Amino acid sequence: MAKSKSATVQISTFADHHVITQPNPLRKVLRRVAERDLDDPIARAEKALAGLSGEFKNWMTIEADRLSDAHAAILRDGFNDVTREELFRAAHDIKGDAATFGFPSAGAAAESLCRIIEHAPDLDEVPSNLIAHHINAIQAIVRERTKLDTAATAGELSKQLRGIADVFLTHANRDRPEHLEAVLAPSIVPAE
Amino acid sequence: MFRIDFNKLRFLVCDDNPHMRRILRTLLHSFGAREVYESEDGATALEMYSHYVPDIVITDWSMPIFDGLELAQMIRQPDSKGNPYAPIIMLTGHSEKRRVTVARDAGVTEFLAKPISAKGLYQRILNVVANPRPFIKTKTYFGPDRRRNTTNTYIGPERRIGGEVEVMQQPSLLDKARSTV
Repeated sequence: MAKSKSATVQISTFADHHVITQPNPLRKVLRRVAERDLDDPIARAEKALAGLSGEFKNWMTIEADRLSDAHAAILRDGFNDVTREELFRAAHDIKGDAATFGFPSAGAAAESLCRIIEHAPDLDEVPSNLIAHHINAIQAIVRERTKLDTAATAGELSKQLRGIADVFLTHANRDRPEHLEAVLAPSIVPAE
Repeated sequence: MFRIDFNKLRFLVCDDNPHMRRILRTLLHSFGAREVYESEDGATALEMYSHYVPDIVITDWSMPIFDGLELAQMIRQPDSKGNPYAPIIMLTGHSEKRRVTVARDAGVTEFLAKPISAKGLYQRILNVVANPRPFIKTKTYFGPDRRRNTTNTYIGPERRIGGEVEVMQQPSLLDKARSTV
């Protein structure tokens, strides 16, 4: 190993790769504080996030309506690159946002829908009710949250949908090992 | 114990969802950040990256025009005039292990699966600020070292080859910056 040293970047060169080390350019923003420092930026941020929570229901309604619009376009025009992409994006956004907005079960149903769109060999062969039920469930969870008995009802609904979707995907991908592995692989997001 | 002076950091946030951008902006501002630039697609983010020279990039994966993965690959061009070393935190709804691997191989520094939390975001930022990894350049990869741990007890094939070496001449970042002014 040889080393080339300059004022800012050090490069170690090997047979098939270089290791480039530069002094940490962000070091200047680190500050040592006492262990008993009372400033807690995470608590401050959580408080700020809680301050936004009054808007979450409205945001979630907008996201759910976007999903319904994407589904309506598919019912009208069928699956093509544009309609498929929009349905996936709308479901994917809900999957990512819903738990933050206080609708974790809607997020779980959206995740199940994403898996169908991503791993079904032919979307035209997916039972239309399966997609419609996911979208209806998300709408119900978002709009009827106050009427649904408890969060457990919404959770059970999402769980049932995921179970049915997984049975479909496992069967549909029985000859597609790459997809089957992805369908059966656990999520990296810790379970609640 | 260390704290980050967020008011000295410049962030670029890239997400096509306006609600998520609002959440991120709120979190970063409450951490203490003042400079938070936002874009809703990868192409605009790349332009803003060149223009504002952010210290840290936080990007979604799925976006129109080009996505967060392509954005990371475009930033990680070792011969580009811009800074190819900026930490990139990928914040995404994708939560499959293979996605983490793909993001890592595109040069992403940290991966954060949604739903977002203040703690998760803070920890990723703290990690890129306090524990930067060296960069590795091969024929097919340029980005932060994909090995996070070193172990003397590792048993298995060695994928990096040592042996005869030659020194690669590369101007310092400072020289590079001067020559582009």
